[in-house]
Formats: sequence, structure tokens, C-alpha cells
Amino acid sequence: MATTDTFPAPEAEAAGHAPLLDVDDLQVEFRTRDGVAKAVNGVSFSLDEGETLAILGESGSGKSVTALAVMGILDSPPGFVTGGAVRFRGQDLLSLPEDERRAYRGRNIAMVFQDALSALNPVFPVGWQIGEMFRVHEGMSKKDARVRVIELMERVRIPAARERIDDYPHQFSGGMRQRIMIAMSIALDPDVLIADEPTTALDVTVQAQIMELLRDLQRERKMGLILITHDLGVVADVADRISVMYAGRIMEKAVVGEIYARPSHPYTKGLLESIPRVDLKGQDLSAIQGLPPSLTRIPPGCEFNPRCPYAQDICREKRPALLEVVPGRFSACHFAQEVLDGSI
Amino acid sequence: MTDPSALYPPAAAGADERIHPDSETALEAGTEGPPGAPQQADKPRSLTSDAWHDLRRNPIFIVSAVIIVVLVVMAAFPGVFTNKDPRFCDLNLSRQAPSADAWFGYDVQGCDVYARTIYGARASILVGLFTTIAVTIVGGLIGMIAGFYGGWIDSVLSRILEIFFGIPLLLGGVLVLASFPSNPGTPQLVTIGKVVIALTILAWTSLARIMRSTVIQVKHADYVSAARALGGGAPRILRSHVLPNAVAPVIVYATIVLGIFIGVEATLSFLGIGLQPPVISWGVAINDASTYIRQSPHMLLFPGALLTITVLAFIMLGDAVRDAFDPRLR
Amino acid sequence: MGRYTVRRLLQMIPVIIGTTLLIFLMVWALPGDPFAGKCGDRACPPQYVAQMTEKFNLNEPWYVQYALYMGNLIRGDFGESFSGTSVTDELIRTYPTTAKLAAMAILIEVVIGIGAGILAGLRRGGFVDNLVLLSTLFFISIPIFVIGYISQLGFGVQLGIFPVTVSSEATVYELMLPALVLASGTLAYVARVMRTNLVENLRSDYVRTATAKGLARRRVVGVHTVRNSLIPVITLIGADFGALLGGAIVTEGIFNIGGVGGLIFRNIRLREGAMVTGAVTVLVLVFLIVNLFVDLLYAALDPRIRYD
Repeated sequence: MATTDTFPAPEAEAAGHAPLLDVDDLQVEFRTRDGVAKAVNGVSFSLDEGETLAILGESGSGKSVTALAVMGILDSPPGFVTGGAVRFRGQDLLSLPEDERRAYRGRNIAMVFQDALSALNPVFPVGWQIGEMFRVHEGMSKKDARVRVIELMERVRIPAARERIDDYPHQFSGGMRQRIMIAMSIALDPDVLIADEPTTALDVTVQAQIMELLRDLQRERKMGLILITHDLGVVADVADRISVMYAGRIMEKAVVGEIYARPSHPYTKGLLESIPRVDLKGQDLSAIQGLPPSLTRIPPGCEFNPRCPYAQDICREKRPALLEVVPGRFSACHFAQEVLDGSI
Repeated sequence: MTDPSALYPPAAAGADERIHPDSETALEAGTEGPPGAPQQADKPRSLTSDAWHDLRRNPIFIVSAVIIVVLVVMAAFPGVFTNKDPRFCDLNLSRQAPSADAWFGYDVQGCDVYARTIYGARASILVGLFTTIAVTIVGGLIGMIAGFYGGWIDSVLSRILEIFFGIPLLLGGVLVLASFPSNPGTPQLVTIGKVVIALTILAWTSLARIMRSTVIQVKHADYVSAARALGGGAPRILRSHVLPNAVAPVIVYATIVLGIFIGVEATLSFLGIGLQPPVISWGVAINDASTYIRQSPHMLLFPGALLTITVLAFIMLGDAVRDAFDPRLR
Repeated sequence: MGRYTVRRLLQMIPVIIGTTLLIFLMVWALPGDPFAGKCGDRACPPQYVAQMTEKFNLNEPWYVQYALYMGNLIRGDFGESFSGTSVTDELIRTYPTTAKLAAMAILIEVVIGIGAGILAGLRRGGFVDNLVLLSTLFFISIPIFVIGYISQLGFGVQLGIFPVTVSSEATVYELMLPALVLASGTLAYVARVMRTNLVENLRSDYVRTATAKGLARRRVVGVHTVRNSLIPVITLIGADFGALLGGAIVTEGIFNIGGVGGLIFRNIRLREGAMVTGAVTVLVLVFLIVNLFVDLLYAALDPRIRYD
């Protein structure tokens, strides 16, 4: 069994080059009055061109913090990156001084946030905000930038782009605002796009449209897309691979198609079972008992053990490493094989 | 301003126990650990107990609280601080500089400045206190009615509020007091009363706004709808649900505004239309001393210093209390 | 924007009517002798009483009185003192100096207040921040007449940097110290609010987005945050303008400045109630109009307000 946490994407391995983005044993802690919270506790994953990686987890699992750490925009204090590496095309971004690091932001790695209303500056027109990418990073004139902005807005399918370019964020609907944010993030054709819960604040129908837009843009530009979400449904449609996070660590990694049919970790299993199913109407809804732990007091052994229906003594004493169960499937559980087989 | 819905209603107000639907507290309460290790669930901490906990350690709070206590004692029992009679004035001693006999020297009339300054505390603090109480009651009532009943009552009251709000405090005070002047013959209580009433008329608006927005916020809360569904009438809802939530912002505001009122009263007295002799007040003392400021600055500096310290103490106190109650600073 | 302007103008009308009505009631129509304190220390002479009763129609019902009073106001007649001096004439004579003083004070508030606030906000928790927080608390608390006399004593008498009183020509240099004194309270307030706004805006989501866009810190703060933080400060300066006008009475009195404030200051001492109330009424109206302009300015800067 391979003991490393990372596994290079199949294409990269075949092509023999380093992955586009390689996060290696990332550690982030938050120093608060109530103690030190280990928000990200040894997370590793990689991403290659044209791939979509979904990072799935509940609130407090550390998924957003991971994204912010990769971008280098963590609020520090109270957050601190205390270990690991973030390699973009081989270059470790964490080791770079800030001004060099900044050169990658927006240009090579871009991010889209959840609530577009608060994420866009309310006092500047949307055209100005999108155009800022061109004016500041590429020194374009206002006129030229304006032309590119209209192109972008049309590309993300904002109707009447030419007329609305000088409108303000609050004049748009939620879905439109999200498109504006997406336009802003892909303006400079980044290699990696991180989408942090891009559809959580939107209606279901709009959700589907936005996800479709992201998928189109990704195919068109061969971007690597990291999709951060808590919504299993969204993942199924869009992602190639999935990493499930809990209490700051990755619990399971797999290709999307396989994980839904046969999870290899009790947490994933619990999540899948808690989705209400039409064909089981009339039966009790099942939910994972208990609550996620406070990150200042993570239980010893396996983080999930207080809530795990299969927990044994070894789970309370020894923290399971993320190990390859079967080729291509990784799980951090002492009984991963049994969960996979369904023998538990 | 703090968001009142983030406050726990104090148990003493008779509010029912309710779990605050905040996941944070739920997390604290639900922490489990391995059976072997001793683990205690955290006590859910309310905002008020957190605030008090912070306040106790805040040096600014302690310093200003101490100063205020001293001032209150000074106002209530001036004899504790001096055995001199502030009204005993000897023209021969006029404008003498501080000495061992008279720590602050003598003023124009030959009265002991130290004694007059100590005795002056009472008038200023009384005006500040009464005005604050009056403003709280009047403003609070109007704000509550406007917020609770809404509709046309709210519209009318809000328009009225806007009109009063548009008159600046000092200018309005000058206006009112110039129209109802006092002269040296007017009884002390009347003079003080006039100033209190004048300031109340002009200053009730801010508190009305605070109360009104608190009421509106609480009105829409689910637990109020539940209380209404259970047959709770307006007075009960106001008492059990609205008032407890309004306590924090009102206290913060009242503390700060008390300091401001003391300052405004002193300014009005300084101008000559606030408190008048024979009421002993800091503003009047400074007014008298102003003509000789070059030759005998001591007559002005000491009452001025005490006035400044008083206002500063109240405003610092209010500031500290507000910071303690602000959940965003946690 | 145009529609918003019209709307605000229309909203002003009932407020102005209400305010003048309120002032009118307080000054002339409440129970008691309307002539108390309007003629110096003595009771008003019977001819004056008769003349004013005739002029202000004090025997008519109050709403008629008010209507005629408003008529006078619109025509620019704000009353006269018992010695016959027209309030309006005195105001015209004295307002230029006060306008100069007020303009200087506002400039000081804006430049120093906003500057200090930004510095404090950027280095939150640092030395500058604590210095600003402490000193502003101090300046907000000290009543303006105390600051006035201490400055006069300190800078004028002892150090001799500034003249102690202001001559009739009221040069900018002479008005420097009074302007600083006048501005001190609002300046402190402005610095605090600017600092708080800046700190809060630095934590907002759109600042995170701006940083994620790869913009330099200087741009994120200077362009994205400062503008957002500035907007409420402008409203503050407008709202505090009323306190500025009140403070002008004190400041002009202390420094012997021949402006509107000094006019009111002297007439309070002379117990010339008619002059005092007339002049103060004008100041209140000026304040309301200034507030209107500030509201419009606010809408011009913050697009969210306009499209309400």
C-alpha cells in the first residue's frame, strides 16, 4: 500500500510533468483567546489542467481555510500557515516573499467567493471592477479595458452587457452577480480557479446555470478547477475527483463515480446515507449523530471517532493515516477495507 | 450599536429559558471527548457575563468608575472634601493665588475656589443625571410606541422626531433658555429644572431612535411571534422581550450622554443662560473667572479641570461599556 | 440622482415648516410672558410691547401668528431687538467672519481628522492608534470653552504664538487658533469614526476579493477601502455642523471675534432675547440646509442610496 498522501493526477503521471497545483501537507492554525485551533491539519492534494477537484466538507471542516491559504490571503493574525508547501508548476508559493507571491494572484490562480453581494465593492460600477484586472495587471487603457470587459460579460452570459457595464452590484440579481465575479476571476485567463461555495447562496435553477458556466469555461480554457462545497449533488455533476474533509484533515479521496457507489470511510458513508431518498419515503431520515468537534479540542485518535458507528478502541488511540485502500482510493480509517466491502 | 438580538435576556426579567439558536454555543455545549479522559462541557456564556468579565479587567473602566464614585460622593456629601463654606466670601481675598490655606486660591468675589469647585459638583451632576433619566423615559417611551405599533403612529412620531432632531443641542438650548430666562432671584430648583427640561426637549430624539430600532428588530423575531400566538399582550411582550434586549444599547448611550449633558450644561452656564447664581456651578465659576484669565488663571483652571475630568470619566466609562458589549470585538 | 434630489428637497419642506413652528412655539407662543428677557434686565417698555404685539400679531390665534411669522421669515425679516436694530442687518454684517472661521474649521477637521483616522486604522493596535484613540476621547470630552480658554492662555498669552483676540479684520492667521479650537471636537469624532470604518472595511469580503485579485496592498487600502470609509464621515461632518455653529458662539465669544457667534454671545449677556432668538433661528435653518447638501453629497458618493 502506498503511504504517501498525494497522488499525481493520471494525466500528469503519464505526461511525466509536475501537477499544475500540488498542495503538500498544508498546516494552518488559528490562534484565538480560547486556544489554538488547528484548522488545516496536514492536507495534501494535487490538481492538473482541465481537472475538477471537489473538496467536500461541512462548515468548520477547514475547506475554505485551505483555499485561502493556497491563495495566500488568510487573515493573519489570527491565522498562520505553519507547515507544508503549495507548489504551482513546481514553485513553492509559501516560500516566496509577498510581492513575488502576489504576482500569481489573479493572474495564475484566481478565486470566486460565495456571497457575490458582499464580495463585490458596492461603490464601484461592475465594469470598473472587472476592468481593474486589465488596467492594473496589464496596464491597459480605460478604453481598451472596457472593450475586454464587455467581451467578458458577454462570455459569462450577462444580457445587455454594454448597457449594464456601469451599473452597480446591488442592481443585479444574485445569479448575475456571481457571473460578474466569475468574469472578474477569469479575466486574465488563470490556470487554476478556486470556487468557494459558488452556488450556495443561489436558487437551485440558478445553481445549475452557474455550474454549467463554470464547466464550459473550464473546458474552453483548460483551467484546473477546485470546487469547494458541502453539497453532494453539485459534486456529482461536475467534479472528476473528490476529497472529503473533516476537522481539518482529508478523510477520503476518490474518483467521483466510485465514491458514491462505494464509500471507503464511515464519514462519507454517513453523508451519503443522510441524503433524503425518494424511494425510502416514510422511513426515518438518518443523520450522523453528534456535532463536529471544536477545532481547539480535537479528540485524540481518529477525529471522527466520537460520532462513528463503527468506532473501536484503536480508533480512539491511534490516528489513522491517509492510506491507499485500493488503487486510486485513499481513506483515513483503520477499517477502510471493511467499509469499502460493506462488511461492517 | 450592538445587535440587541445577540443578547441573552437576563433571567431576572422573567424571560423563559430559551436556547439561543447559535451554532457556536451549541458546539461549546456539545463537546464530547473520549470516555476515559475527564471532560467538562463548556458553560454557555451569555454576552452580558462576557461583557462584565471583560469590564472588570479593563483599566479604563476601573479608573473612570472610581472617578465617578468619588464625584458622586462629592456631590452628595461635599463636606467630606472640604470644611470651608463656599458662600463665605471676603472681598479682601479677591483673586489671591493658591496657598496652603486655600489650595485653589480665591475667586473674584473672594470666595474659596476649592470649596466652590467641590460644591459645584452637585449642580452639574444633578443636571446631568436628571436630564439623562428624563431623556431615557421620554425618548424610550416614544421610541417604544413608534416601533411597536408601527403604521401611521410610527410615521407621525418619526416625522416629529426628525424635526426635533434637526435642532442642534447647544443652539436649541440657547433658544429655549433665552426665552425663559432666569435671574439671580429665581429659586435654585427652578433654574436647575429649566435647564433639565430644555435639554430634555432637545435630546430625547437619539434615545427614541435607539429604542425604536431595538423594538423593530425584536418585533420580528420568531420568539415574539410565538409569544403573541400564546396570547401575550403588548405590555407583557414589551416588558419581557423588548426591554431586556434594549438594556445594553440604552445603558451605553445613557452613560455617554450623561457626560455630554454635563458638558453642555456647563457651556450654557458659561454663556450666562444656564444655571445662575446662587446655584454654584462649574460653568458659572468659569464664566466669572474668564475676565481675569491672564492675571489669575487659577480661578478658571481648577473648576475647568474638574469639569473636564468629570465629562471624561463618563465618556470613557460609556466607551468601555460599549466595547465590552460589542460582539464583533471578540 | 436627479429624482433623488427632488425627493429630498420635497422632504425638506415639512421639516423646515415643522422646525420653524417648533422654534416659534418655544420662543413666542408658550405660556408665560413672551417679552420676558427680550429687553435687557428690565421689563419691556409699554410702547415696545404694543409695537411688537402689533407687529407679531400676538393677540391673534397662534396659527395666524405662525403664518405671519413664516411670511416674515421668507421675506428675510427675522425680527428686531428692542432698540430697533434689525436682526437681519446685524446678521449680514457679521456672517462673513463666521463663514471664514467655519470654513477654516471644516478644512482642519477634514484634513487632520481624516488623516489621523486613516493612520490609526492602518496600524491598528499600534502606537499611533492608541495615541489617536486616547487623545480623541480627550478632545471629545472637554467642553469647548475649556479648550478655548486653555488655548488662549497657552498659545496666546504664554507662548505668544497666536494673537489672543481677533481684530475686526479677522485675518486668517488671527483666526487660526479659534478655528483649531472650534474644530477640535468634531475633528476628534471624525478621526475615531474614520478609524473604525477603516478597520471594519479592511475586514470586509470585498477587500478579500480585491486582495485575491492580486492588487497591491496600497491600492486595496487606498482605492477600495478609503472611499467606502470616507462616506459616513462626510455625513458626520454635516451632522456635526450644528455643534460647530453652537461652538462658534463660545469660540467667538472667547476670542472676541465679530461674527454671528460673537453677536449672539454679546446679546445673551445683554439679555437681548429678540436678537438672540432671531440669530439662532437663522443658524438652525442654515444647519438644515447644509444637512440637505450633505445628504445629496452622500447620495452622489454611495450609489446604494440613490436607487432606493
